[in-house]
Formats: sequence, structure tokens, C-alpha cells
Amino acid sequence: MDKELMAVSIPATLYRKIEETIKGTGVASVEDYVAKVLREKLSLAAPGEAFTKEDEEKVKERLKALGYID
Amino acid sequence: MIAPHGGKLVDRLLKGACREEALDKARALPVLRIDDESVSDVENIATGVFSPLEGFLGRSGFRSVLREMRLPDDLPWTIPVILDAGREDAARLKEGGEVLLASEAGRPVAILHLEEKYEYDRNELAEKVFLTSDRAHPGVAKAAAMKDVLLAGPVDLIDISPTPFDRYKLSPKETRILFKEKGWKTVVAFQTRNTPHIGHEYLQKTALTFTDGIFVNPVIGRKKKGDFKDEVILTSYEELIRNYYLKERAVMAILQMEMRYAGPREAIFHAIVRKNFGCTHIIIGRDHAGVGNYYQPYAAQDIFEEFPDLGIAPLFFRSFYHCRKCRSVVNEKICPHPASEHIQFSGTMIRDMLVKGEIPPPELMRPEVAEVIMRFKDPFVE
Repeated sequence: MDKELMAVSIPATLYRKIEETIKGTGVASVEDYVAKVLREKLSLAAPGEAFTKEDEEKVKERLKALGYID
Repeated sequence: MIAPHGGKLVDRLLKGACREEALDKARALPVLRIDDESVSDVENIATGVFSPLEGFLGRSGFRSVLREMRLPDDLPWTIPVILDAGREDAARLKEGGEVLLASEAGRPVAILHLEEKYEYDRNELAEKVFLTSDRAHPGVAKAAAMKDVLLAGPVDLIDISPTPFDRYKLSPKETRILFKEKGWKTVVAFQTRNTPHIGHEYLQKTALTFTDGIFVNPVIGRKKKGDFKDEVILTSYEELIRNYYLKERAVMAILQMEMRYAGPREAIFHAIVRKNFGCTHIIIGRDHAGVGNYYQPYAAQDIFEEFPDLGIAPLFFRSFYHCRKCRSVVNEKICPHPASEHIQFSGTMIRDMLVKGEIPPPELMRPEVAEVIMRFKDPFVE
């Protein structure tokens, strides 16, 4: 299946630096490298999950009953 | 707390008036009986174990997972979560309609909002997921026996099915609150389908040295002949944790999920599932989720290179063994002694000893664990 692709411009010097960096690393192209780095960066920005007080209290009761917390 | 995969924990368990209404409506809906593995999939979708999935994959999601190992929105996802049906069943179910999914015994399980029916290539499924078309591979054999049509759409769970192990059944929401309550910021997951030997304990405690807590997460469900029974695995771990772990540092809960034996792809899937439970790390050992000799010993570790955006950190372990000279568990990086001094942690050898009624040496298995296993008349799956 062909993924939809979009173009992003980066400085030519940076492009060449990436070309040099990926030589012999198994990364197939500058595009692959950029996608990999951006995916990693974006995954770190994901927000945490918050529960309501009521939800938390209900769950804590069950955890206590099962002996997971005192 | 680590974010769930895709950013939001899915919750599609019907409650209160919504549940009653759904049950009322369900009486008039067409019924599709599904097997235990599909029931587990439905429950795992609805309780957030498979977040961000809200239901069974449609055609584009299925293709994307097979070919790109990602969902259409680019999120890593390596195992297709799909529901098959025979042609006759599929023909009587309408796209855009609702279907009552019932267990093989007829218990109402969930409402499927059927969005799409589609055909698929079983061979492609097997070759992409299991990297082989050999019917001797249990996953390939299962794919070959699948029915002709796949049904897709979100599911609303009516009830969580009872198991003999409910005392150990926690949802991702519950484990997340549990870890928070314990003050754990970093949690390492240990996936298992075996009773613990000293090698497992070494691995877990090494990982625990660098994290706040360990989440021991045995997979409960269909297993191969000769595997330890679920109750044996749970009882033996309970004994190990009681005798050799700090109560405030170890938690055990089950995961009711089919083992696919898909090696590298399944290792990524296992990591995603544990991320949803709130784990920041996962232990990946040699031949994780493998079977026979279908995968290279460390293929399940190498594949993580392709997923820098997984959001959970793998902790890789290579071979380890007991060294008579070192008098401890060691690996090739820390032990200078020859192989003649090494005792391998062979599951087969330990199993054979237990079958003969012999307690394995303490270098291989804690005596308390061995004794508890030997109390079972038939500890293995027939």
C-alpha cells in the first residue's frame, strides 16, 4: 500500500549532513531518517491520562478488596 | 504517568442504563457466535488493553498493519485484531447495522457496530505476520482455518466474562491507578507463559534494579500441549513473589489474550499492550513470543529499531545461565569461565525433572516454587 507523502523543506546543508550520517547504517534514505527522528520526538510529547476523582476512588476500593493496596 | 498508545485509554464497557438499554435492544439483533479468543479480543478492545483500537480493524487498517506495521494514522501496530465470519453469517449481517456478539455458550458479549465486511488473503496474513507459510506454525495453521470474511467496526462490551482467575484480572485503568498509588514512576513489564525459574527471577530483578516496580503479567488463554496450565503459572509466581520479592515493588495481574507466536511482530504488540497498562519498560528476552525455529533468536529485539515512536522502552536480555565457578546467574559479558562450568536454564530439563517427581536443583528453581508445582496432579496442558 502506498502511503500518502508530503514534502517538507529542510536546508540543503542539513540534508547533506543526514546523507553522510546514514551512510552504512541501514537507514535507506534521508526521508526515512527524518521520519524516524520526528516520530520519536512526537511520541515523547504525548500527554498522560487523567482519571476523575470518583473513578479513582472506585478503583482503589477494588484494589484494596483484592489485596493490591492496603 | 506514561500516556496510553494513541494518547487516550479506550473504555467501551457499557454500564448502568446504557447497558440495560443495549441488552434490551440486543434481543432483536442478529447474533454471531464467536470463540473464546475473539471474546478476549473484544474485552481487550473495550477495556483499553488494545488502545487506541475501538473495534475490529477495517480493510484499510488491516492492510496498513500487515504491510506497514502501523495503523492508518501512523501509530505503530503490528498484529491485526480482526473478526472472521463464514460467508453465510456475513451475508445475513448488514453494514451499518448492529450485531450481538455471543460466546460459544450463547452468553451475550458485546454489540458490534458493523461498518464493513471484506474478504482478505489468508496467505498474505500468514506470511506478513508470522513470516512463514508453513502450516506447522500454530499461527499459520490458525490463519488457514479462519473463515472467509472479516467484520469490522467498534464494539460495546456488555459484560466482562468471569474466569477462575478474576482475583488477578486488572484493567489498564486499574493498573495505572495502582502504579500511581504505589508511587511508581517507572514500571517494567514481564510477560510470561511459564512457571518461574531462577533465570527469570534474575532477569526481573536486574530490570527492577533500574525501575520503581515490576509488573508480572502472565498471559492466560489457549496454550500449546505440554505448556504449564494457567493455575500452575499463577500459583508458582504467587509463591515466588511472596518469598523473594518486596511486596511494595512487585505486582502480578493476568492478561487474557491469545498467544499468536508471531515472534518479532508480537514483541512489539506485547510492548504496546503493556504501555497501555502504564508500564514504561518491557523485558524482551531471547526468542520472545517465538515458537520452534521460525525466528532468529534476537529478531524480537532487532525489530524495535523500526519503532522509535513506540513510547515504551524495551530492556533487552541475551542468554544467561548459572556458572558453578561464579556461583551465580551470569551472562557472556560478565563470566570468564568456560561453558563446562555453565548450567543452562532449560525449560525442558526442568519440566522433565518435575514430571519424574524430582525437585530441580536450587541453582535452577526455587524449592518453594518447585514444591508448589509438584502439588498439582497434572500441571501441564493435555
